[in-house]
Amino acid sequence: MEDKSKRYDRQIRIWGEHGQTQLENTQVCLLNCGPTGNETLKNLVLGGIASFTAVDAATVEPADLGTNFMLDADNLGQTKAKCVCGHLKELNESVNGSFVDEKPETLIESNPSFFTSFTLIIATQMGEASLLKLDELCRQSNIPLIIARSYGLMGYLRVCSDELCVVETKPDNKVEDLRLGAPWPELEKYVMEFDMNSLDDKTYKHVPWAIILMQAARKWKDEHGGNLPSSYKERNELKAQIRSIRRSLDEENFDEALSNAHWIWALPTIGSEVRTVLESPKTEVHSSSSDFWVLAAALKNFYAATGDMPLEGSVPDMTSTTEFYLEIQRLYREKADADIAAVTVQLKETLNEIGRPSDAISPEDIKVFCKNARNLQVVWNTKFSEECEGSAAVGAELTRLMGLEDSSANAALYVLLRAADRFNATHGRFPGFFDSELDEDASRLKAVAMQILADQGVANVSVPDDLVAEMCRFGAAELHCVAAIMGGAAAQEAIKIITRQFVPLDSPLIFNAMSSNTTLIKI
Amino acid sequence: MKRVAPPGVERSRWRDLDRLLLRSGNLVGPGFEPGEEVKEILHDMLHVLVIGAGGLGCELLKDLALTGFKKIDVIDMDTIDVSNLNRQFLFRMKDVGKSKATVAAERVMQRVHGVSVTPHFCRIEDKPPEFYQAFHIIVLGLDSVEARSWINGVVCGFLEYEDDGSVKQETIKPMVDGGTEGFKGHSRVIIPSVTPCFQCTMWLFPPQTKFPLCTLAETPRSAAHCIEWAHLIQWGQVRGAEVFDADVPEHMKWIYEQAVARAELFNIPGVTLQHTQGVVKNIIPAIPSTNAIVAASCALETLKMATMCSTGMSNYMMYMGAAGIYTHTVAYEKDPECIVCSAGVPVAIEESTTLEELMQQLCAQFPEKLATPSVSFQGCNLYMRGIFEEETRPNLAKRIIDLMEGATSGVLIVNDKKLHGPLRIQLSINAAQAMQT
Ligand SMILES: [Zn+2]
Repeated sequence: MEDKSKRYDRQIRIWGEHGQTQLENTQVCLLNCGPTGNETLKNLVLGGIASFTAVDAATVEPADLGTNFMLDADNLGQTKAKCVCGHLKELNESVNGSFVDEKPETLIESNPSFFTSFTLIIATQMGEASLLKLDELCRQSNIPLIIARSYGLMGYLRVCSDELCVVETKPDNKVEDLRLGAPWPELEKYVMEFDMNSLDDKTYKHVPWAIILMQAARKWKDEHGGNLPSSYKERNELKAQIRSIRRSLDEENFDEALSNAHWIWALPTIGSEVRTVLESPKTEVHSSSSDFWVLAAALKNFYAATGDMPLEGSVPDMTSTTEFYLEIQRLYREKADADIAAVTVQLKETLNEIGRPSDAISPEDIKVFCKNARNLQVVWNTKFSEECEGSAAVGAELTRLMGLEDSSANAALYVLLRAADRFNATHGRFPGFFDSELDEDASRLKAVAMQILADQGVANVSVPDDLVAEMCRFGAAELHCVAAIMGGAAAQEAIKIITRQFVPLDSPLIFNAMSSNTTLIKI
Repeated sequence: MKRVAPPGVERSRWRDLDRLLLRSGNLVGPGFEPGEEVKEILHDMLHVLVIGAGGLGCELLKDLALTGFKKIDVIDMDTIDVSNLNRQFLFRMKDVGKSKATVAAERVMQRVHGVSVTPHFCRIEDKPPEFYQAFHIIVLGLDSVEARSWINGVVCGFLEYEDDGSVKQETIKPMVDGGTEGFKGHSRVIIPSVTPCFQCTMWLFPPQTKFPLCTLAETPRSAAHCIEWAHLIQWGQVRGAEVFDADVPEHMKWIYEQAVARAELFNIPGVTLQHTQGVVKNIIPAIPSTNAIVAASCALETLKMATMCSTGMSNYMMYMGAAGIYTHTVAYEKDPECIVCSAGVPVAIEESTTLEELMQQLCAQFPEKLATPSVSFQGCNLYMRGIFEEETRPNLAKRIIDLMEGATSGVLIVNDKKLHGPLRIQLSINAAQAMQT
């Protein structure tokens, strides 16, 4: 047990024990055991998922040994899924692995219920027709599906799921929730009774900037009819007032106050993602609503009653005496706790209304939800069928992307990958499979690509011949490095979905390994 | 031990890679010639060095071996720890305590036949510049700014110049670098004298947060303050001359207990053993998927550099996977005055300036780089430390213009113990004044 926390230490620092527990309860199904699939699964096995099942009907050939690290020369001629399963299990003895020696396409047709026992499905190197069925199947059973593809020097990645609700989005740039311009009564009282003038010089240097700023804001409001500074000029005047009460120039707390003065007027806003959550019809909850939406409904009521989100409750470090800092910290924490209690009251009512026990959601879950209220996000990915079967949204997005210098090549690669799949469906092989037919394949592939563009309603643009030629040159090669990049990205998405932390992809992604950049196809 | 390919397999084994190497393309690097020759160069001639056999290093060795590189060396001074096993996939529980470089090399050779991986279980500083000189491309899987700066100094130090100041092409040794933290990572290509070196873009590395000692001693406010107090102040005061070692469990336990006691005294919550280790060891959170992405991107650029089979990255890629997926590719520019990779740092002096005055001026200008400089001009020692000190000492009082035999501009080579390679000074002497005399 101790070894386990040591083994996973570096990742538990990212997603916590609770994230690790989610990972350890995950059963993954991998479709196709080429390098793209194996590299994805390798990263998840290392992370400590419960189990995996590898599905592939192929036998190991010499070409596998040039791209696939989960196979070696001793495996030649054997079942690929079995060999890969064995090598993957070596990576982590606490992970269970099994294999199915069948073609994924056949399984989808013959045994759809096979897929319902997993928590996550990863489909690699598969064509449109089977993916359309798999997406429907997974959505019916509410199982998230990740589609990953490596094709020469390009890749495609997509998440399929009706909705992924994230509480712990963990944004990179955290906006401090300090309410300096509008403190609540307890904080206001503490700040107003705080007598800076009577302090000796040493203590004066240790007045936290939050107090300096709140006193300055209060004074300003008193002198300006209750309003905060609104113009550049007024803001500079307020800063000048702060400067005027310095006693010496070596007071770091005043330097900090001046560089943090914008928190007075830069009030934390309610972002469009949270607004989407609060305004969603899903907040009209019923007995089968998920905990996320029940909590969102309670939050909506809290917001309607108070006009604000629950306080986040933490205070950034600042120059201060221990005593002043801990006192401020206590005030923020108490207010956060009071907000949590208020949300809990709303929640219990909501739970009552929908006929669930009032303690159905744990205090810990309520707390985490409240602390992250400002950053909640729900990710919706459109159905795979909408992407493939020609919709106005796809056409408009492709028109937009093909008109932009940064993304036109990647949008063309996206169209060409779909064209290559159709080419394969027609000819039974991918373009550029034979050296002798490279030129003919290029004109055939281009024709298919132009047809796809026309079907999507994209007019007056063409796919560049250079890229058509490169796609034929690739000959559907699955290069190890491209597979490792796509597998790494797919595993990151899997981890985000499993741990319900950070924000998963909300649209198909194209990776261009020639220029090392990516483009999202926003549909 | 290197394993030999089964008969008949070698040819068809590289089928996928051969699509790129045997077919001509439109989006390729300068001078790309598809065919057997480029394959031979990749498989049999090129010798690459991987620095670091950790999270990135394990991935790099696998990626390079499966990209057709067959002569690889790897250098790492570390031994395997349990906390490596969540991402350093070449290691098993039974390998804990063994050399990372040795085990990684062995595992890659076991799996990928025909590849030879030579391990070096030592510090990078233990190898002389000639060791690094022997490789065609150096790929970095490091996690510290210090190590990157060190190898950067060595590699940029290989640069030699023609008389007209242009770089001798054969002295350029390319590097590929990767780095990760959590869901974020970067890969970059460094071609000394062509693309920026580490020193040129030092600002890319954020400064480490260090707490003021007075905060730790007098006004702790967080668990981290209590931990650093125990680590930086209390250890020295109580344990005296005993050297603190974060890898000795008793030492770490002692720090943790001291930090807990201090936190209780000040009523500060949050000191845990995990937090203590994180603060004291400056642990960077790490996951396998990010290492996989960054290392594969580095290996791909190494392939492009070696064969020109596709357009290369120019010259920096940032991958951010925490909120959706966002990448940012940017061509950073060289710092023309970089003291590590530029043809020379321009320095202007007066006609009357003596060698001693110039040396003082340089030490003041580059306090982090120079303390005890030695100076030479066109291969001739103007002032040298050590056995030539006495011989060259009289030059200190002479005017530079006289030492340069009347020339009003030229390149001085400055060496210093603090430098990893020579510093080139493009000297110009105030010519107007020179002409009046
Ligand atoms: Zn430089």
